[in-house]
Amino acid sequence: MNEKEIIARRVAQELKSGTLVNLGIGLPTMVASYLPAGLDVAFQSENGIIGMSALPDPGLAGSNLTDAGGTPAGALPGACAFDSAMSFALVRGGHLDVTVLGGLQVDEEGHLANWMVPGKIVPGMGGAMDLVSGAKRVIVAMTHTAKGEPKILKKCSLPLTSVRRVDLVVTELAVIEPTNNGLILREIAPGYTVEEVVAATEAELLIPVPPAFMKLDQAAVR
Amino acid sequence: MYKVNTAEEAVRRIPDGAVLMIGGFVGIGTPQDLVDELVRQGKKGLTLIANDTARPNVGVGKLIDAGLVSKAIVSHIGTNPVTQKQMISGVIEVQLVPQGTLAERVRAGGSGLGGVLTPTGVGTDAALGKQTIEINGIQYLLETALKADFALIKARSADYSGNLRYSLTSRNFNPLMAMAADFVIAEPDEIVPIGCIEPDAVVTPHVLVDLLIAKGATL
Repeated sequence: MNEKEIIARRVAQELKSGTLVNLGIGLPTMVASYLPAGLDVAFQSENGIIGMSALPDPGLAGSNLTDAGGTPAGALPGACAFDSAMSFALVRGGHLDVTVLGGLQVDEEGHLANWMVPGKIVPGMGGAMDLVSGAKRVIVAMTHTAKGEPKILKKCSLPLTSVRRVDLVVTELAVIEPTNNGLILREIAPGYTVEEVVAATEAELLIPVPPAFMKLDQAAVR
Repeated sequence: MYKVNTAEEAVRRIPDGAVLMIGGFVGIGTPQDLVDELVRQGKKGLTLIANDTARPNVGVGKLIDAGLVSKAIVSHIGTNPVTQKQMISGVIEVQLVPQGTLAERVRAGGSGLGGVLTPTGVGTDAALGKQTIEINGIQYLLETALKADFALIKARSADYSGNLRYSLTSRNFNPLMAMAADFVIAEPDEIVPIGCIEPDAVVTPHVLVDLLIAKGATL
């Protein structure tokens, strides 16, 4: 199980039946593959659809239906399509239960930075600022470090995506909950020690004794 | 009213330096024939208002490749390294706007509103230079309306009066942009007789559409 699969499997356990969920491009998209069997979750794609499904069978991809990354997608019976104003009204208006996004940095206040590295790459915020500001629950799905450098910092050095505190951070090493009091280390991945997680984290972690281990075997691959 | 023409004739109306809104999301729902014709006619110094700049040689990315855009107002350029290079070298000015804010600014432009108040971007770089207004204890950014000289729209179907309907995720910004420009050119996949799109299925009313282009038309 590689690090991205660990993250996607753990995030999938956070999703509940009857909710509307937006998955970001890249790693977050993988979450849909690890949903527990029988879970009834509606996926929104911000380019204008609820009821997006996995890639269509070969030959069925159409030029008018893609995910937010431009990759051909499918739609389930009951899906509905709408324009970008409606799509983001759903995001900001309290209608979106969960958004799962990638991250470049998260800090002790639970602030997320994920849209630009000044002078290097400037992809732009796309829908991320609206999603982090507007979703009822924000889950960051990202690797714990980048090229060995911590991504969970005392203070983000990159421009913030929102000043709203995110609700949960899931990495291949840990599950961390940002709170009023700071970052609480809720779970660590099997095979790791608390000391190893702390060493890979610049931010101070509040550590309950003992933190739980991530349970990764509950997720059923669809 | 019969308002069909070729892409070539339609694009002739667009002068250098025009402000264009072009529908599409990473190229999906972009009027490809109109974009190709802009490149063929070499319209220069364009201001592009769009969700993104697609990819090199895809959708509005072709306008970037050809160096026709001097200013882009978009939410995302991460899929187009050419835009990033041109931005860093100063060839193109890029204004990044959160996607939901961009949608609302276009909607406001087409709806007679001066702007909208959104919580998105408060406290971030997106708030720089903008007025913050507090309502019932919540901070909002005042985001002003956007308008354009021309909107280039992709639709699934049109009738000959210009009523438009769209398909799936190729709808995206198209219906919003069709409201917010002085002159609206739509490129449908098909043009059907008036009456063939039932009133409830019309998303963009015909009064908003000035010109339809027909595939391969030689009028």
